[in-house]
Amino acid sequence: MNRIGIKFAELKKRGEAALIPFVTAGDPDLATTLKILQALEAGGADCIELGIPFSDPTADGPVIQRSSERALKDGLSLPRVLRLVRKFRQTSQIPIVLFGYFNPFFRYGLREFCRAAARVGADGILCVDLPPEESAELKRWTDAEGLDLVFLLSPTSGPNRVRLVAKKGRGFIYYVSVTGVTGARRALADDLRAQVARVRQATSLPIGVGFGISTPKQAAWIASFADAAVVGSALVERIEKAKGSAEKARRAGAFVSELKRAMEQVARKKKS
Amino acid sequence: MPALTELERAYAQARRDSSFRKELQRDLHQYAGRETPLYFAERLTKALGGSRIYLKREDLCHTGAHKINNTIGQILLARRMGKKRIIAETGAGQHGVATATVAARFGLECEIYMGKEDVARQSLNVFRMKLLGATVRVVESGSQTLKDAMNEALRDWVTNVRNTYYLIGSVAGPHPYPLMVRDFQSVIGREARRQILKAEGRLPDCLVACVGGGSNCMGLFYPFVREPKVKMLGVEAAGRGLRTGQHAASILGGEVGVLHGSKSYVLQDRSGQIRQTHSIAAGLDYPGVGPELSYLRDRGRVQFVSATDDEAIDAIKFLAETEGIIPALESAHAIAAVKGLAPRLAKNRSVIINLSGRGDKDMITVGDYLGVGI
Repeated sequence: MNRIGIKFAELKKRGEAALIPFVTAGDPDLATTLKILQALEAGGADCIELGIPFSDPTADGPVIQRSSERALKDGLSLPRVLRLVRKFRQTSQIPIVLFGYFNPFFRYGLREFCRAAARVGADGILCVDLPPEESAELKRWTDAEGLDLVFLLSPTSGPNRVRLVAKKGRGFIYYVSVTGVTGARRALADDLRAQVARVRQATSLPIGVGFGISTPKQAAWIASFADAAVVGSALVERIEKAKGSAEKARRAGAFVSELKRAMEQVARKKKS
Repeated sequence: MPALTELERAYAQARRDSSFRKELQRDLHQYAGRETPLYFAERLTKALGGSRIYLKREDLCHTGAHKINNTIGQILLARRMGKKRIIAETGAGQHGVATATVAARFGLECEIYMGKEDVARQSLNVFRMKLLGATVRVVESGSQTLKDAMNEALRDWVTNVRNTYYLIGSVAGPHPYPLMVRDFQSVIGREARRQILKAEGRLPDCLVACVGGGSNCMGLFYPFVREPKVKMLGVEAAGRGLRTGQHAASILGGEVGVLHGSKSYVLQDRSGQIRQTHSIAAGLDYPGVGPELSYLRDRGRVQFVSATDDEAIDAIKFLAETEGIIPALESAHAIAAVKGLAPRLAKNRSVIINLSGRGDKDMITVGDYLGVGI
């Protein structure tokens, strides 16, 4: 079991759900990202999704598109993101999932990428534009390196797709709360709880819910029936608006601890 | 992905269904104006002093380009699937116009994504789309051209997947699009084959077509792929020159990658980020190319050359003056390549150029390029 599995097992014992913040590596620069990662952990994040910027992020809404553009402005490359992970790993044991698009991984070489990712201390990979049907090659190398390959499910996933992801996925299943791209939504689907229950029947993997979660209240609601809440755009937007490296990190940490507190209250309620 | 599976299934059923094929044939004939002529370009042939040159006149199709062949096929499919809303991406605007046209004909809601840069240089087509009742969504992300329009259309599709049909205009994108668009465009090659056999009594020696994503190219080439004696030449957009890096020649200047769900040659940097492209022809301004064309290149079945912006402009003037035909900037790339090729071929050889579209939409661009205000 790697850091992701250990963390979910720990949280399960405590009756808590994981908070997984997402940030884009290199937005606006790698030094700032390092500070942000440290602030996220200090604020109470349980796992981090580190976005690897891509020029054509088709699964992302405007907030993360803008953040990728900022990150790519000074020619950010995958090797530099990996070096950032190595540096952060020297002082932290928080699970890290690398979240990105296929072409940069493919260009790096799937085998080499998985090796390097494992070596610098990443724990999982989520390739947002790679359907499980096409994942055999990447999975071969993530399995070989002990990395969790995380897959997405969405409200339009049929029973066959759910079974396939349950079989091939490792670490956790990422349930996309709405059809569409990343970004804050005013309201989450009413039947989300039932949808997660549907997936739960097919798998013993933890289920994280993401896309559209932007407030402590929403995160707490997710925590009442799912194993993790992923918060991306709402966090990235706060980082975008804050001025200067220190302030960006401070606001990111403060937001995460606000989310985490709301989620912990749900856990306490569950217990009592 | 479930949407693609649904589409794949629906298309597999439709292509076996004789009533679908009949409907398609009727619309191609009565609505698009097929078949299009295979025209022997006598003065062009004389001017170049080599092989006999034929033009497959896709510019005479309804809406002015080959794009309508595919949109007719896909709109019939969308109707069978019960989809009420149609979205599409467009570069030069020809595919957008062809989509808006068939959507209007069937009374379907239509939204077209178009990069901001293309909106500026193809204002005439933007107006046509609006007149046809479509909403034009201006895309301001990335390079503001065709690939960004496609990104945005994909985002729309995943958001509204239940009621929306995404009508892709090229042999690119995820499966089954490259196969389906090739099938619908193959009518070009099937007709050309019949027509050249009638005119020359034998198959052509060479086929030439411009390549952006590759739809007109695959359409002409595909029915000849198993004829080893027929040479095939794809012409990519060299923009300001292959060496300048400002071009859209994905096969000649790209590396294998995955863009928009298909594996093909892609213009990208060392770390796999998609590169900005340039071509004066908006319809060729795309950093990828169809996966099947990439495969045919690897097998050595299709050869590739390129033509620059300058050469395309010269080719427009040349064809206009020799034949009284003004080609689209895209198609002018194919003409430019033949200017170099034909004189080297014997007089008893024949060449078919796919004249994929007419040049009306480009007059402002060409005027600007030549320093003539219109």
